[in-house]
Amino acid sequence: MINVVYFAWVRERIGLSEESVETAATTVTGLVQELCAREDRYAAAFEDLSALRVALDQELSDFEAPLENVREVAFFPPMTGG
Amino acid sequence: MAIKIQNDAFDVGKEVSDFSAAQPDAGAVVTFTGLVRNDGQDLQHLLIEHYPAMTGPAIAKIVEQAKQRWALTDCLVIHRFGQLAPGEPIMMVATAAVHRAEAFAAADFLMDYLKSRAPFWKKEIRAISQTWVSADIKDEAALDRWKPD
Repeated sequence: MINVVYFAWVRERIGLSEESVETAATTVTGLVQELCAREDRYAAAFEDLSALRVALDQELSDFEAPLENVREVAFFPPMTGG
Repeated sequence: MAIKIQNDAFDVGKEVSDFSAAQPDAGAVVTFTGLVRNDGQDLQHLLIEHYPAMTGPAIAKIVEQAKQRWALTDCLVIHRFGQLAPGEPIMMVATAAVHRAEAFAAADFLMDYLKSRAPFWKKEIRAISQTWVSADIKDEAALDRWKPD
């Protein structure tokens, strides 16, 4: 099981802030494909991956990164701090 | 080195004077305060969302990089989340160093990185619309100037 968290408009499009996902995916892209196959709202949120960022266990990462030993995956738009 | 991530408002003057008073070895203190901009339109408030498990560690990493790069005697970062009204302070950074060049450069660096690498997202709430603020391409480009040649 992997914990998946969503922020900002990604959270709004999916309609969830957090969920536990049983996945066979070995990379972030694989996980995204599994989620998109589930329901349209995921496909809508992940429509353009270039507009998204991903963090693995709270560290900024990329979509090609492996999921081995990862406990939490976060998807969000580019950050707007400051 | 203090990092505060909070919903509560803060008193900029008090933060600056407390920070300055705690710097026996510094000759320079630089501070920056970011405010909720009231751009003349109908902004009711700004909603700031963040990733609590990541925010502290991400900011600590940015502060650590600044410390390695410049000889700072101290530094402070305050960043708010939640619902903020126009004109309210969103965040501030303060840097202290023996001379001003280091304090200015480190504050500038901290701001550039906090903009694009601290996990906050802003939503503008207006009477007729609610929109997520999109990241400015210039903010990402600004990070390039801190990269080694």
